[in-house]
Amino acid sequence: MDATILGFLLLDALQNGVIYGLLAVAMVLVFAVTRVILVPIGELMMFAPLSLVWLQGGKLPGTLGLALALGALWALLERGRGRGLPLLGGVGLLLLFLLARGSPALAYPAAIFLVVYLGVASYRVFFQPLREATVLAYLIMAVGLHVAYQGLGLVFFGPEQYRPEPLLSGEVLAGLSWQGVLVLLFALLAVGGLYLFFRLSLFGKALLAAAENRLGARLCGIRPEEAGMVAFAIASLLAALAGLLLAPLINAAYFMGFMLGLKGFVAAILGGLLSYPVAFLGALLVGLFESFTSFYASAYKEALVFLLLVPALFFQSLRARAVEE
Amino acid sequence: MRYGWFLLLLLPFLLAPFPFYLTLLNFFALSGLVALSLYVLTGLAGMTSFAQAAFMGMGAYATALLTVKAGLSPWFGLAAGLALSLLLALVLGGLTVRLKGHFLPLSTIAWQVALYILAGNLVGLTGGHTGLTDLPPLVLLGFPLDNAFRYGLLSLLVLVLAVLALHNLRFSRLGRALLALRGDALAAASFGVDPAALRLKAFLLAGAMAGLAGFLYAHFLRFVNPTPFSLEASIKYLVMAVAGGVGTIPGVLLGAALFTGLEDWLKDLLPLLLGRQGNYETIAYGLVLAGILLLAPQGLFPLLARFLPRKEGSLPRAEPLPLPAPSGARGEVVLEAQGLRKAFGGLLAVNGVFFALRRGEILALIGPNGAGKSTTFNLLTGAIPPDGGRVFLFGKEITGLPPHRIHPLGLGRTFQHPHLFPELSVLENAALGTYARTRAGFSRVLLGLHGEEEARALATAYRALKRVGLEGLALEPAARLTAGQQRLLEIARLLASGAEVLLLDEPAAGLRAGEKRELARLLKALAREGYTVLIVDHDMDLIMGLADRVVVMNYGEKIAEGTPEEVQRNPLVRAAYLGEAA
Repeated sequence: MDATILGFLLLDALQNGVIYGLLAVAMVLVFAVTRVILVPIGELMMFAPLSLVWLQGGKLPGTLGLALALGALWALLERGRGRGLPLLGGVGLLLLFLLARGSPALAYPAAIFLVVYLGVASYRVFFQPLREATVLAYLIMAVGLHVAYQGLGLVFFGPEQYRPEPLLSGEVLAGLSWQGVLVLLFALLAVGGLYLFFRLSLFGKALLAAAENRLGARLCGIRPEEAGMVAFAIASLLAALAGLLLAPLINAAYFMGFMLGLKGFVAAILGGLLSYPVAFLGALLVGLFESFTSFYASAYKEALVFLLLVPALFFQSLRARAVEE
Repeated sequence: MRYGWFLLLLLPFLLAPFPFYLTLLNFFALSGLVALSLYVLTGLAGMTSFAQAAFMGMGAYATALLTVKAGLSPWFGLAAGLALSLLLALVLGGLTVRLKGHFLPLSTIAWQVALYILAGNLVGLTGGHTGLTDLPPLVLLGFPLDNAFRYGLLSLLVLVLAVLALHNLRFSRLGRALLALRGDALAAASFGVDPAALRLKAFLLAGAMAGLAGFLYAHFLRFVNPTPFSLEASIKYLVMAVAGGVGTIPGVLLGAALFTGLEDWLKDLLPLLLGRQGNYETIAYGLVLAGILLLAPQGLFPLLARFLPRKEGSLPRAEPLPLPAPSGARGEVVLEAQGLRKAFGGLLAVNGVFFALRRGEILALIGPNGAGKSTTFNLLTGAIPPDGGRVFLFGKEITGLPPHRIHPLGLGRTFQHPHLFPELSVLENAALGTYARTRAGFSRVLLGLHGEEEARALATAYRALKRVGLEGLALEPAARLTAGQQRLLEIARLLASGAEVLLLDEPAAGLRAGEKRELARLLKALAREGYTVLIVDHDMDLIMGLADRVVVMNYGEKIAEGTPEEVQRNPLVRAAYLGEAA
């Protein structure tokens, strides 16, 4: 291995690592606030660029129908004024999509809005009614949604891979495209933005409080349902943006989100599903590990990543007590 | 009654003219076996696995490699397959059973995906996606099982035996312990259940069952490739189990039957509807799973079971387990705390507490809210480890031991909020107490050789229920009990355990005046018999009339000790309780 290859591998590791990192942070956030392990985050991530490609081709994607159907269920589940949000959101989404068919500039916000709306509606329809369910029930539900959304992705977009136009074309230097730089910048911005959101805004603090102690937060007037919706909205937003930026680099397809999400998990588990910075660092480690295993044993790189779980789980196991009250 | 399951073996004869349905029948039996493995994991132990198909793959590939590549007998393949699945379960489970509940299922997803990729990519070993072909048929008693009819007899026989074995497991000390662990690990551990070890064993059993299913699958199709061992397949089995009702054996089999039929139908129908080939049935799985979890979280079978005649249980008549009467000199020290200390962050909850509990006495631990009573209690029982100080039980140091190691030495506890298992009967709740006094392990239980011990355990529990006056409710679900009856049931469970040192955490909370008098009478009688009681409570009337000695705590420290009269006169105690100037 020479310096050039090493450079390529490191850049590759960094680019993938920050994406896993964003997914891991989103998963830790959703888990902390709602106890849901967001397995379908990968599907949400892929729905963004695939819907974008459809819109740019002047077609309405099937995901729009899915989002509107779940939005309708969401509205049915709400009472009174609570229906305003899903109904207004649904109408807005539909209008945005109809307009975006003709104007490519609107296609990006439309795709992002779609994924956020879908994410929040999924929470409201599938997770919130389970309310005091066990983590296990949430997890089974999340895995169910993952397979359903993945199957629907196949129905909506077919098995082909698509490559949307990058926002910035060309290369900064060999191995690093401007789009790649954009991915890194976005990751930095997102992490910084989340930090400021949680530190400075009252809403961010309320969300952290809800994550820390649900009952206590409720006693302070923070509605856990609302906190859950916001957590899902943030996670979907991160997934959508990451998906849109990454798609030109990896050629998006309906099945690709799952592996990306799963590596985000590995990173989140490295952080014990608790710590944001450790999860992000874990994601960079996953990226690095993957990059180097793909150089030495490319056929197995997807499998070898999961080996990282062994030491992570082992160390956490040493610290844990089997019984908790 | 339960031998009625053998009627399933008639199905191949009924379906003999329809080869297609015979094949489906085999698939049902094999799916049923995997779904049963999830009954053990999810229904009993409250864990789950998204890797059951990977365990099947272990069983299938092991036998395929040994028979095709090495030309060995399939029975070697079976042994190797079971060994491999057990090994996988040991690694996966060993790493995660001590962690919080979600780490195990999450890591099973990851390992499932990894193993699937390996099966597809290790082309030299596994044949990649083309797989391995021409597995020999199984030969049983000289008959080659080379058609779906003969094979169906075998696969259904295995299924029925598995059902009977798991039925034995459910109605055994291990089944109770697993259910208890699912509901409340601390309560289970307080009666001698080692949570991590028992979870691991359940995981091993489930892995071996799936491995066996994989072995049968491989020799039925006589061909293996990675597809049936994918994450989608694992999820399919979970959908089966959850949809049918993962908490009951008939439920998971119902789910397996429904989905084996449905899958075939969906695979034909959906591509036709959508005009393209693809794994569209996953959409249906996902949505069915979501729908079941939302609308009927217990699954379909409990809905049907309402229309089935309810089986009446019977009261135990066997000889109870020998009750070791408390022995030893009255007044000798049985439990001793020396300088116990525990801090939660900056809060010093317990700071240097000393006291000794003497045989045959009732010692009360009292103090205002936040005085550190409950923490002291948890330190004594091993629920939380102390930061400093030592605890001795019968002269043996137990500092820092987990609850499941402390209980068998003769210490039992009740909980401030009763930790019962509402879906179990009152009798079974009490029988959990006998866990540490009974021995039957997994192999004995699965083979059904634990009957005598089980009958005696139930009889012991029944005797304990009589002692507290709950025998009339023995067969009712514990969910029907009033708050006061729940407290009594906790005490019955404690008596069934044979522990001599009884630690009672607010046993009178929520009791009516009459019930409190009953409780006091019971505790006094127990103390006379040589049991030793440590009681934490707020009810001063009860404590002052009941306790021989009182230890008073405030702000984590012991401020007084003595007879009820002495502590009532103590100015420090009066200050702590009434705010009088000391």
